Amino acid sequence: MQLIFDKSRPGRRAITWDNLDVTEKTGLPAECLRMVPPALPELGELDVVRHFTRLSQRNVGIDDTFYPLGSCTMKYNPKIAEVAAAQPGFAGLHPHLSSSESYWETCQGALELVYELERLLAEIAGMEASSLQPIAGAHGELTGALLMAAYHRDRGHAHKDTIIVPDSAHGTNPASAVVAGFKVVEVPSDANGQINLDKFRAAMTDNVAGIMLTCPNTHGLFEEQVQEIAKAAHAVDALLYYDGANLNAIIGQCRPGDLGFDVMHYNLHKTFATPHGMGGPGCGPVGVAKRLVPYLPGPRVVKRDAGFALVIPEKSIGRVAAFFGNFLIAVRAYAYLRYYGDEGLKDISRVAVLNANYIHARLKEAFKPAFDGRFMHECLFSAVPQAEHGVHAMDIAKALLDYGFHAPTVYFPLTVKECLMIEPTETESKETLDQFCDAMLDIAERAIHDPEALQTAPTSTPVGRLDEVRAARELNCACL
Amino acid sequence: MQPANLKYTRDHEWIGQDGAQYVVGITEFAQNQLGDITYVELPQVGRQVQQHEETAVVESVKAASDIYAPVAGTVAAVNEALESKPELVNKDPYGAGWFFKLEDIETSQLSALMDEAAYRTFLAEESH
Repeated sequence: MQLIFDKSRPGRRAITWDNLDVTEKTGLPAECLRMVPPALPELGELDVVRHFTRLSQRNVGIDDTFYPLGSCTMKYNPKIAEVAAAQPGFAGLHPHLSSSESYWETCQGALELVYELERLLAEIAGMEASSLQPIAGAHGELTGALLMAAYHRDRGHAHKDTIIVPDSAHGTNPASAVVAGFKVVEVPSDANGQINLDKFRAAMTDNVAGIMLTCPNTHGLFEEQVQEIAKAAHAVDALLYYDGANLNAIIGQCRPGDLGFDVMHYNLHKTFATPHGMGGPGCGPVGVAKRLVPYLPGPRVVKRDAGFALVIPEKSIGRVAAFFGNFLIAVRAYAYLRYYGDEGLKDISRVAVLNANYIHARLKEAFKPAFDGRFMHECLFSAVPQAEHGVHAMDIAKALLDYGFHAPTVYFPLTVKECLMIEPTETESKETLDQFCDAMLDIAERAIHDPEALQTAPTSTPVGRLDEVRAARELNCACL
Repeated sequence: MQPANLKYTRDHEWIGQDGAQYVVGITEFAQNQLGDITYVELPQVGRQVQQHEETAVVESVKAASDIYAPVAGTVAAVNEALESKPELVNKDPYGAGWFFKLEDIETSQLSALMDEAAYRTFLAEESH
């Protein structure tokens, strides 16, 4: 495919500007002025439309095909949420209307939506309050870690400098804790994929400020000892953090707050069906138990007799994003929540878990299940049996592209060799799951009889097998 | 380096004596698990490290991993060739793919590490 620069022809234009009717003098010194025009491609409007339409057709998303990317919850984003977000009252709102008290009356609807969504998110997770400010999952983690730091600082716990992160936690947790100024201690899992409670207890000293748990963990398993972990944490005034990456598995069934979690983040772009992948933009609200409410990012929306207003909590860690984070993403999540209602939320987790276990049941003979326990919303296999024929997890992922599916997550978590991590979500029909399982079973068969063909897959995509090693070793980025 | 003359850690580093210094690298098993290595970050020469301290970083197409100091000591030299040719770790993990050399090491820690036979047993147990 030609680059847009290859299609450029000198002098070709999509639009014609009127002649300049103001002075060309800018007031800038001569050395700051460009002497030659920028090297932009020159094309007609139709050329541009076709170019970008073709590019979009070479993209893959949830609107095109099944996208079982484990740990990412690539569910369908209902179009009704787009309708809600496109309403001019939301889409055309100037964010600075929230900046001055004299304008608050002009944006009461938007403030109400923030207030209501924060209230609903808190209720869903058994938290006291939440904040929509963080603009991504990892940003929510960082905010949560900063909240833990603020709590301990306020209580004079200078010695609490350590965060425990199990090896089955979501991959970004250690980085978030380090950026917030903590040391990280990793605790291993046992052979059943659960946190090793003995090793956890050994790491659980008075220096521990918090524990970051993902539940279900990245093995797709519910942490069965979560209440004992909470008890051990609270005995030394350490806080228990819930990484909401896998909230889709339990939503409407149980609440992190009731399990003993003190602070958490949600991923609106996962659980609440807002756009996801390659920039979203995301939204990673934080939820907190009562004792952390004073430290929440500000300003926060409060409800008064005269209407919705904004206040900075007394011990706030301050702003973590401009305005209210990605507000129009919050509008989509709110529409989604109201669309499903209480009973609908329970169906989300029921069907997400059912779908994952259906795939597990169909594939467990051909691929080696990573653990014996009951999987939650995603199932993990090890391609070690296939690797003996020279077909690795990466080859299976690439081969799936030829069947028209997006690949599952591979080589994560690191605790599982040749890992294939499959998360179907609740929005796929049985027919789609069957087509995917048929493809996987076909690949398992071919791995035995024709491994070479799988090692060179894909062959039906716009580009074939990419040389990822060379791309990583010979980084040649024009913008650096 | 001959694998039979080396000592091994549970994190799959090896360490072997070279005159007054001790060479550190990762094992054949480790390079095989990591897959094609794309980047290596090496420590500063002169840095003092504790046993099990994160001393180097290795990145492959699959993952980024810390390389720990098998014993306490001072970094005496680093294998600068890895900066432009990280694939040496895959090709020759016990030779040209070494990471760094330590001196003034804690010798009692060295004798407590696994020998080749013990490491092989450990690998067999790990991959049960």
